[in-house]
Amino acid sequence: MLDLPLIWAGLLSLGVFIYVALDGFDLGIGLLFPFLACDEDRDVAMNTVAPVWDGNETWLILGGGGLFAAFPLAYAIVMPALYAPFIIMLLALVFRGVAFEYRWRDKAHERLWDASFVFGSFMATFMQGIVLGTFVQGIEVEGRAYAGGWWDWLTPFTLMTGAALCAGYALLGSGWLALKTEGALRQQAYRFAKLSALGTFFFVGVVSLWTPFLSPEIYARWFTLPHFYFVAPVPLLTIVVAGLIAWGIRKQVDGIIYPATIVLLGLCFIGLGVGLTPYIVPRAITIQQAAAPDSSLLFMLVGALVMLPLILAYTGYSYWIFRGKVRHGQGGYH
Amino acid sequence: MLEFFDAAMLARIQFAFTVSFHIIFPAFSIGLASYLFVLEGLWLKTNNPVYLNLYKYWLKIFAMAFGMGVVSGLVMSYQFGTNWSVFSDKAGPVIGPLLAYEVLTAFFLEAGFLGIMLFGMERVGKRLHFFATAMVAVGTLLSATWILSVNSWMQTPVGHAMNEQGQFVPADWLAIIFNPSFPYRLLHMTLASYLTVSFVVGAVGAWHLLHDKFNAEARKMFSMAMWMATFVAPLQIFAGDLHGLNTLEHQPIKVAAMEGHWHRQTGAPFLLFAWPDEAAEENRFEIGIPYASALVLTHDIKGETPGLTDVSAADRPPVGMVFWSFRIMLLIGTLMAAVGVYSAWRRWRGTLYEGRWFQRVALWMGPSGFVAVLAGWVVTEVGRQPFTVYGLLRTSESLAPVDAPAVAASLVAFIVVYFALFGAGTYYILRMMRAVPDGEGPERGTPQRAAGTTPLASMASDARKGGL
Repeated sequence: MLDLPLIWAGLLSLGVFIYVALDGFDLGIGLLFPFLACDEDRDVAMNTVAPVWDGNETWLILGGGGLFAAFPLAYAIVMPALYAPFIIMLLALVFRGVAFEYRWRDKAHERLWDASFVFGSFMATFMQGIVLGTFVQGIEVEGRAYAGGWWDWLTPFTLMTGAALCAGYALLGSGWLALKTEGALRQQAYRFAKLSALGTFFFVGVVSLWTPFLSPEIYARWFTLPHFYFVAPVPLLTIVVAGLIAWGIRKQVDGIIYPATIVLLGLCFIGLGVGLTPYIVPRAITIQQAAAPDSSLLFMLVGALVMLPLILAYTGYSYWIFRGKVRHGQGGYH
Repeated sequence: MLEFFDAAMLARIQFAFTVSFHIIFPAFSIGLASYLFVLEGLWLKTNNPVYLNLYKYWLKIFAMAFGMGVVSGLVMSYQFGTNWSVFSDKAGPVIGPLLAYEVLTAFFLEAGFLGIMLFGMERVGKRLHFFATAMVAVGTLLSATWILSVNSWMQTPVGHAMNEQGQFVPADWLAIIFNPSFPYRLLHMTLASYLTVSFVVGAVGAWHLLHDKFNAEARKMFSMAMWMATFVAPLQIFAGDLHGLNTLEHQPIKVAAMEGHWHRQTGAPFLLFAWPDEAAEENRFEIGIPYASALVLTHDIKGETPGLTDVSAADRPPVGMVFWSFRIMLLIGTLMAAVGVYSAWRRWRGTLYEGRWFQRVALWMGPSGFVAVLAGWVVTEVGRQPFTVYGLLRTSESLAPVDAPAVAASLVAFIVVYFALFGAGTYYILRMMRAVPDGEGPERGTPQRAAGTTPLASMASDARKGGL
């Protein structure tokens, strides 16, 4: 028989990863927004993501809905444990989501909505980083419920993962901007890329060195044999990819930074996941314990196997339609 | 008073607040997506530019409403867990997969084609653009289908079993999806959404007719809206009656609350006014139409109808809220049908675009659909109390292990942010509706810059806005 919980853990991880790769760049644009020189540049930056942002955000709904559906127990524990970060993230996404339309509708208050876009993008990203960090550091559970305090999610480690994700999304945003723009704005994108790459490398390094010391179990995953042989390629590959990003920035190869950053973040997830398995709520509830019954998982799997390829196909097609550089005064319908 | 606001009550208020705000946008975008589909289809068929102008006009409004729907809906997919985690744990195996199907079949479809719909007119052919519009419209309807299936299962749960952890587990998926109240709720809500949009479109048309009765776009949209009112409003009353009978069969106590009937009786009156007193288990200031309730509910003036005292007080919903929301919905439904019938008469007489007072009525009826939708949802959701899964899982047993201060703080945050941001959005939508629909774009008639800007500056600002 198929190990349905494991398949669903894989599919959900894939969904979250796609979310990071896609919404990461449009959140990143929000982080870079205040540093863009002029209104025209902001308009162009906004127009590069306007046709795709809410498709990107749908992957986050899939993450929340999928966790609810496939691992209801984990959802029921994680949401109260991360109450404040999730509420803040959701409100922040409201702040930035409405700005996409509002800023064009009210030129007198364009600055206000730009600020709303920046604030929302930053808070959402930072909170997602905190959520990630809390997952890695562990969640206290008693019976079938969260048993920790209201502020357990706020630790130096989670602040660090929050900062790391901000740097990572800014790098994704820079890479996207380099890909989608030209002229002075593209040059600007490379300057952003340089700074955010340095930030990303630094914070990823700190988090990577810190993680094994969070718990003896994670330490054992990394530094005992034979585990070490399996996990050692992850940091090595990360360094190679970081080198590739640095090369792409120096040589200004538009098509390098964005995809390479996706790979880099993917490696980071694998690195964090190494310490997590077989748990879905770290060191408390395993994937198997939290899983919905096979009848639920199988019913969804049929839908997912039919729909996901279709979704990827038409999402890809939509990106294809809007391919190429976006210029001033073009790309909007407003 | 203070102990009334415990964590459970605060969490309920929070859910009610966020979901009520949210439903306004889908109720609007479900109907509007279908309207846009019709407009673009008619444009492709007839090549009449009036349809294209109307399409572009409503498309911008759709984009605003859709964006607000997305972000307020995202909140909902996490609210189950933050405040109702025990419910999520127990009901997750049944309703989770249905929500997952909603995301997979509907949300991605809408979001994936929305970009092409909004920004792609210059980049893809007419047919493909029309296909994108169709996919967005289909997506909104699929979304309604799945979420109403979930809601209906919570009202009329079937097709499940219980496991040893106390979770509802699926036994028969078809029975779960097509649970007894689902077809009625789906029909009723879809028609409600279409009517809501019809009256909004009708009001915008009426507003512009009041200013210029020869405006071709205003005439067209007013006429289309009134056709809908004529045919769909009576149909909706019929669908609502079917839905009510279904509720009588499966949730008789909810019907007793809607009717304000405390005792099982034959030949029950329909109460036009009453002040239900829960402590005394009776109504004050009752005014009713004799036998009317029995006739509607049992199709027999001597028929027997349920009363609230059929069950113990602990199993009853809050009566006053259900009773009064139901009356608000009925009143609006009746007014809508009256507008529809009267407009048909005017159309037949050839005076549909004349009568200024009728246009004023249509204008004031603009927001009525939203009020009716909210009132209807209050009836069905408050009427489900004190259960989350009707008869099986109590609301009080569904709550997350959250503290009142945490829920209170987040509730205040939601209220402040929603009123500020969605309030601004509603203002912008109204401003867009004020613009004359003549194909010149909504900027005309609504100066975007303060007086004193040079023509050059405003041209530059137009250039920044780009295409279409």
